[in-house]
Amino acid sequence: MMNRMPTDHAQANAIFVAHGLTKIYRMGEVEVHALRGIDLTLYRGELVVLLGPSGSGKSTLLNILGGLDAPTGGEVRYLDHILTGASEADLTRFRREHVGFVFQFYNLIPSLTARENVAAVTEISTSPMRPEDALALVGLGNRLDHFPAQLSGGEQQRVAIARAVAKNPAVLLCDEPTGALDSATGVVVLEVLEKINRELGTLTVLITHNAGIADMADRVIRLSDGQIAEIHANAVKKRASELSW
Amino acid sequence: MKSLDRKLFRHLWHLRGQVLAIAAVIMGGVATMVMSLSTYDSLVTTRDRFYGEYRFAEVFASLKRAPEPVAERLAAIPGVERLETRVKAGVKLEVEGFSDPITGQLLSLPDVGEAQLNRLHLKRGRTVQPWSTDEVVLSDTFADAHGFQPGDHLAAIINGKRKQLTVVGVAVSPEYVYQIAPGAMFPDFKRYGVLWMGRSALAAAYDMDGAFNHVSLTLARDAREQDVIDRVDAVLATYGGTGAYGRPDQFSNRFLSEELKQLQTMATVFPAIFLGVAAFLLNVVLSRLIALQREQIAILKAFGYSYAAIGAHYVKLVLLMTVLGVVAGVALGTWFGQGLSHVYTETTFRFPYLDYQLRPGVALIAFVVSAIAAVSGTLLSVVRAVRLPPAEGMRQEMPAVYRVTLFERIGLQRWFAAPTRMILRHIERRPLKSLLTVLGIACACGLMMVGNYQKGAIDFMVDVQFRQASREDLSLAFIEPTSSRALHELAALPGVDYVEGFRNVPAILRFGQYHHRGAIFGIQPEGQLHRSLDSSLQPVGVPPGGVVLTDHLATEILHVKPGDLLTVEVLEGSRPVRQVPVLGITKQYLGVSAYMQQDSLNALMREGGTVSGAYLAVQPGKETELYARLHERPRVLGLVANKAAIQSFYATIGEFILFYNLVATVLAGAIGFGVVYNSARISLSERGRELASLRVLGFTRGEIAYILLGELALLTLAAIPVGFVVGVGLVGILVVAFQSELYRLPLILTPQNYAMGASVVIVSALLSGLLLWHRLGRLDLVAVLKTRE
Repeated sequence: MMNRMPTDHAQANAIFVAHGLTKIYRMGEVEVHALRGIDLTLYRGELVVLLGPSGSGKSTLLNILGGLDAPTGGEVRYLDHILTGASEADLTRFRREHVGFVFQFYNLIPSLTARENVAAVTEISTSPMRPEDALALVGLGNRLDHFPAQLSGGEQQRVAIARAVAKNPAVLLCDEPTGALDSATGVVVLEVLEKINRELGTLTVLITHNAGIADMADRVIRLSDGQIAEIHANAVKKRASELSW
Repeated sequence: MKSLDRKLFRHLWHLRGQVLAIAAVIMGGVATMVMSLSTYDSLVTTRDRFYGEYRFAEVFASLKRAPEPVAERLAAIPGVERLETRVKAGVKLEVEGFSDPITGQLLSLPDVGEAQLNRLHLKRGRTVQPWSTDEVVLSDTFADAHGFQPGDHLAAIINGKRKQLTVVGVAVSPEYVYQIAPGAMFPDFKRYGVLWMGRSALAAAYDMDGAFNHVSLTLARDAREQDVIDRVDAVLATYGGTGAYGRPDQFSNRFLSEELKQLQTMATVFPAIFLGVAAFLLNVVLSRLIALQREQIAILKAFGYSYAAIGAHYVKLVLLMTVLGVVAGVALGTWFGQGLSHVYTETTFRFPYLDYQLRPGVALIAFVVSAIAAVSGTLLSVVRAVRLPPAEGMRQEMPAVYRVTLFERIGLQRWFAAPTRMILRHIERRPLKSLLTVLGIACACGLMMVGNYQKGAIDFMVDVQFRQASREDLSLAFIEPTSSRALHELAALPGVDYVEGFRNVPAILRFGQYHHRGAIFGIQPEGQLHRSLDSSLQPVGVPPGGVVLTDHLATEILHVKPGDLLTVEVLEGSRPVRQVPVLGITKQYLGVSAYMQQDSLNALMREGGTVSGAYLAVQPGKETELYARLHERPRVLGLVANKAAIQSFYATIGEFILFYNLVATVLAGAIGFGVVYNSARISLSERGRELASLRVLGFTRGEIAYILLGELALLTLAAIPVGFVVGVGLVGILVVAFQSELYRLPLILTPQNYAMGASVVIVSALLSGLLLWHRLGRLDLVAVLKTRE
């Protein structure tokens, strides 16, 4: 299938544009081709699911988009900035100002309360929302002063999402956000992501190997062996609450 | 090799930074121990061998004069094995180009053949030829201080007559391993020398033809020393004997024993402290290091490895680190030990050779102590990890439990941004761990203070001794007690500002089972030059009718208190025995003394106004001229110039101080760095994921470094005042342990000591911080997205 642009998105709304991305890891004497020429454009406000088995290159792609890793070849542009070849300090600033990350294992700071975990990020941002508002957005307005150890896994992940969106990022990158959660809790987390995508219009990229989740996406990008195997736009998006696996 | 063992070496390599830091801590403790014990053993072995090979006598006696046939009566005393008579003369020496007063001790050698006892070890040249009239052998300290070689000349004033002497040899003697002029506080190799000369030549110059004034002897195997001493005293009573004495009272040997006793204290106290601290740190560091292995331990258990196998694995790991530290410590300690022994034999003790000894037992003890500390710390953590079911160990660890800190609860939280709160909560969450880290760092600070403490203490001692108590520029001794009219003649000499006479009576002081062989000084009650000091170091007058003792003599040697009656056995003249009340105790850091008013002492001796010598205040610039005038006076024998004495003292101890400073800096530095770096590295391991997450979220390297290093800085700063307390405590232990007849160290710490202690900690922290900064640059940001540990 060809790389088809959804009709309601103009080229001007492109946030990420990637051309010919390759990534080769050298593990001793073995070369691992993690990405083998990816061309991809991601647009403002869409919810994209990156689907693929382990080793398909989806995490590598996410890391390059998030400024955590540099491609071996090709180019990535974020708005009018070229990320490829940027300095460590520039990439740090990029992450700080524009990217929200959500990790599989939440990665909350155990010594900070929910509110403070969010505040840690808003303190270094230029135009953040109030931490309380961010937590209210994920439905944790009543758990502000709880430490991570006092929260369930799903709650911790919602705090992580609040932390990611509190800085009003242009893009939210989520790497297996439900991977460590049971299905019911996972759905709650996905509902939060869906809500944020809808209400804030944040480009949301969600990695999963769980095909069931793909139904909630605007577009599903299927990776296989370091290449894009398929890009599929859902004609009808399912609500996160309708998902199950 | 089994795969678990391969893991061991990989692991060691992986942890190499921490392994080295831990080994450095062990090395510090072990090196101190090896240095001290091996130096002590070496000096004792060397002394015993020297005494044996060169036939150091066991009983000595001085007398006024006895005809040679008396020697046969002495030799016939049961229990005497070998006996030798000698002529011994106190002399003044003249060395060309050196105008300061020099005193000397001239001893006779047999005219033919080798001495029976107290033999010389010739370092250069030869011994005197039979019947030679002007040949002398010099003690090597004196020869080296002036650069004398065989063939050189010097002159001696013997019995008021000037005699030209030719140097033929340079030697050391078991009788003079420690050379110090009678009445001096410390050795001065330039201004005091021992010389040996043919018997007939010396006897002729000293009016001792066919006679002797000194005897030494060795004892038969089953002889009782006191019996022999009593019989010798009985024989010599009519010849002006001043009382025979054994080795414990022999001057050189007594000082040597005191120094060795101190060294032995140092060899036990210092390493105990050092090794104790090292062991403690090792325990702390390893228990945290192993705690990080929780997941690996769970995996090994899941594979079916037994508890014992897993325990053995980690024990092997730490034992390898320990071995590394012990081997390095033994090597460094041996090197330090050889250095220290060398400094001792260069500056303090003169031996013909040095048997450097490192008993294998010393290295073994070092290893066992270190290993116990290491293994116990390790096993504690391993047992804790092993107790967890494997599944739980591998499961994601629940977020650590934190709470709001005390600071924030009292309303200070708005002052702290999230990173600062992280620091405070992390510290408060595990107060014990934080406390141990603080204590460890504090120990390094304290050890540094101990190592650098002597300089300030010695300055203080010298100041008290020479600017408060003995303020004379010059003290001189007459050949024999003299009428106090002689003081007027001294006062009239050009350059003399002020004269204060003193009476000095050699005596044995006895109280119960305790005794001290020394002298009683009769001084002026309102003396300007020579004064006693009370416990607050203020001058205090000596009351009439009794004796005032310095603190160490009263409490540690004689065990008397004011009001007790002391038995004084005078070793001069008719050798009266008197009961004298103790009237007070005074403070003195250097040496020990007993003081009376001069009048009281004269009364005790049933004599008129008699003096043994005088303290002089000399006009600046007139010293040389005055020395020359005093040198000409036949009745003036010994001269001790305080300024020169202080200078020579500093020259002697300078090397020691330098050496100890070097050792302390190396060891405290090793320990300081070992603790700080390990704490920081473990912190990084514990929090690496957290910090990397923050990096992913857009924190800069500087911002996460603040969180990690801020904690380190806070703990380091907290450790400095604690370190000062530890330092004062350790110095206090040292002061108590180092009390001896030679000196008592004052508990004085200078601002410089504190600064040195703090700086070793700060430098260690900065260095660790730098290394960590480097590591923070290499955090794996990608890994934290995927992994949970």
